[in-house]
Amino acid sequence: MAAAPASEIPRWVDYLLVPLVNLGVALLLTGVVVVAVGANPIEALKSLVFGAVGYPEAIGFTLYYATNFVFTGLAVAVAFHAGLFNIGCEGQANIGGLGVGLVCLALGQWPLVIVFPIAVAAAALFGAAWAFVPGYLQARRGSHIVITTIMFNFIASALMTYLVVHVLIEPGQQAPRSSDFAPGLWLPMAKDLTRALGIDIGDPPLNLSSLLAVLACVLVWLFIWHTRWGYELRTVGHSERAARYAGISRTRAIILAMLISGALSGLVAVNDIMGVHHYLPVGWTVGVGFVGIAVALMGRNHPVGIAMAALLFGALNQGGSEIAFDIPQITKEMVVVIQGLVILFCGALENMFKPQIAALFRRRAVAEAT
Amino acid sequence: MPSSPAAPAAPAVELIGIDKRFGAVHANRAVSVAIARGSIHGIVGENGAGKSTLMSILYGYYQADAGEIRVGGRPCRIHSSHDAIAAGIGMVHQHFMLVDDFSVLENVMLGIEGAPLLREATAKARAALADLSRSYGLDIDADAVIHDLPVGLQQRVEILKALYRGAEILILDEPTAVLTPQEVDQLFLMLRRFRELGKTVILITHKLREIMAVTDRVTVMRGGAVVDTVDTAATSREQLAEMMVGRKVLLQVEKPPATVGAVVLDVARLSVIDGSGVARVKDVSFNVRAGEIVGVAGVSGNGQSELLEALAGMRSFTGNVLVNGKAVTADHHYSLARMLRRRRVSHVPEDRQREGLVGPFAANESAILGYQDDPACNGLILMDRRKIVARCQTEMRSFDVRPCNPVLRTAAFSGGNQQKIVLAREIERDPALLLVGQPTRGVDIGAIEFIHRRLLEMRAAGKAILLVSVELDEILALADRILVMFDGRIVGELPRAEATEAKLGLLMAGIEGHA
Repeated sequence: MAAAPASEIPRWVDYLLVPLVNLGVALLLTGVVVVAVGANPIEALKSLVFGAVGYPEAIGFTLYYATNFVFTGLAVAVAFHAGLFNIGCEGQANIGGLGVGLVCLALGQWPLVIVFPIAVAAAALFGAAWAFVPGYLQARRGSHIVITTIMFNFIASALMTYLVVHVLIEPGQQAPRSSDFAPGLWLPMAKDLTRALGIDIGDPPLNLSSLLAVLACVLVWLFIWHTRWGYELRTVGHSERAARYAGISRTRAIILAMLISGALSGLVAVNDIMGVHHYLPVGWTVGVGFVGIAVALMGRNHPVGIAMAALLFGALNQGGSEIAFDIPQITKEMVVVIQGLVILFCGALENMFKPQIAALFRRRAVAEAT
Repeated sequence: MPSSPAAPAAPAVELIGIDKRFGAVHANRAVSVAIARGSIHGIVGENGAGKSTLMSILYGYYQADAGEIRVGGRPCRIHSSHDAIAAGIGMVHQHFMLVDDFSVLENVMLGIEGAPLLREATAKARAALADLSRSYGLDIDADAVIHDLPVGLQQRVEILKALYRGAEILILDEPTAVLTPQEVDQLFLMLRRFRELGKTVILITHKLREIMAVTDRVTVMRGGAVVDTVDTAATSREQLAEMMVGRKVLLQVEKPPATVGAVVLDVARLSVIDGSGVARVKDVSFNVRAGEIVGVAGVSGNGQSELLEALAGMRSFTGNVLVNGKAVTADHHYSLARMLRRRRVSHVPEDRQREGLVGPFAANESAILGYQDDPACNGLILMDRRKIVARCQTEMRSFDVRPCNPVLRTAAFSGGNQQKIVLAREIERDPALLLVGQPTRGVDIGAIEFIHRRLLEMRAAGKAILLVSVELDEILALADRILVMFDGRIVGELPRAEATEAKLGLLMAGIEGHA
């Protein structure tokens, strides 16, 4: 009866130490894999770190990747606060791309200051619309959100391929892509800013969207913990019966959470389509939605944690490509294995070492108490 | 007192210096208790006093950090419930561990079938069960299916399970929580029969009257330690309560006569059908007036919970409910539960942990549950967190919530303090009608007194109060009128002055003649 809840461990242990231990184990196991293919793990680690943060261009790439992961990480987290597991960020980002593409293709003559907010709104709106359907089906019909969002990833992918290949394709061209957006609509790049200041950082895709990601972190934090809607959403996520008691509509909370989640996923398109590609390609999302799940899990569904986890995954992404370049034994596929290990330990198995670490700290707390 | 067997009078169970910590919580502090063979031994204490921990150690769910258990005078290591059963210890849990769709016989033999073929095993078990029933006078149909049996008989099956496994020492954890007064009498007859046959019974309860009625000796625990073990004959309820709490407590709060006003809640022909199509509340009509407490008594599961939930807007129902003469309906923006709150209907739900509060929330967040869109704690878009925390702090102070810390996680508070957080939230809104379900379930004796006094203050302030409780003592202590529910119907209404435990007991058991 008098048992203290088992989870009463210092917060820094839960939020910092446990993820770091997980990361350490993942890297250790990665080392084993690296040795198995006949490469030097120390060299590989050096290459990874250098490739991720060793020089300005690398940092730019890392931040660019992190921007995408912030959006999808936040998207997963918002849904998670309402007790939903949104696996569909990939598809929602993809459809968000349609929104950005249509706006940029249609408003080619307009100035960026006006088009940027419209494109952001379109990305969010399209992403939200794509997430609305699974949300509605979950809330009203009880269709499991995990299943429907996964299915919607495939539908989004097929739909986008069809639209790009048959409708939006650049006239007279073979490549499955739309025509280029007007250069006036390309988002300002970090490299242009630094060049103006007289510093050359090479050619990283880092652009204005990263500020949007920072803004999104702040807004999500305010929404979840400082508005009545966020409050209701969390209540539904924690206890359906408490929500019923409080007269909170579960249906509305679920749909609202999915709309916001989808909107955040859609913003990935602002970074990639408007910031980097400057046209609408097919299959451009390359797993960013799935990494978002790991990012949210590792970041404990808090914007600060998500930002940190996104930076880590951004670094892994960028450093990983560098390893493949530096060390011939480690192929591009091997890099995916390494990233998979990190996701496995930091995301899926995040609680593997927690009981032991918690026990350790409880024992210490007892020792102090006596 | 039972006469001890002539053999060396080693106690049936002896716990020596049992010590157990959970993190920083010292759940058992050097607890030593000796329980005489062939006696009924009560263990009382408030929530968190460590009695459940102690019994869990005896039954092998936990291991003690230090200390020794002796069974029949011999040191005994108990690492699991298997070890406990092997040592002749049986446990009847508060929540029964029965397979609903199995027969009595199947439940009793479950896990120890004892023969490779079911036919053979069943035959053996049937014979053994018949033997047991005969020698203990536990009448039961071995082929009855559990979900057809009343709760009292289900409990009998639990006891038979323990006996079938050779229990000499029987631990009963809050066994009377779900029983009618008559079923309690039967249970006590059964326990006395066990004692005559030389078995040992350990009874964990928070009902002091039961301790006085049936036990030989009683151990009082507080703060993880034993306060004292005394002969029941040499103590009193008041004395036990004082030992449990550590100070003098009033078991019965003084109740001035009611000054009754206009009808606040008027319920006509209300029925509730649950999700699986079963009628839970059947055509119920009654009213509650300002300045009175109407108690709804009944054995748990006879529709009281559903009635309360329907009135609070948590369940759909048919029939008419008027609050201050007007019907309350949901609209597009506001659910019924919210509309009721706006009409100053407050609700203290039966299950505070899963309904009245959100465990992982900070206490100040739980303290606005249901009122989260109250303009008082909201700006245009953002919530005024500072105001919410300040308000929670004030409420906590006036309801003596400990620790008085609005940012602490809700789940970290004890049951009594959680209940005070809920009560503070609902009472401080100055309701016209207060719906209260099981206000003192799992709450310490000291807090019970406090909560009862608050409810009577509300009554004195002219509020209408509907009180649903399965604790007959509580109904008798607080209510001005008592409605008794059985099988979804109100089978009787008695003014407090005419209500006796015997009359209520008959009504609760569905035996007509009084209504």
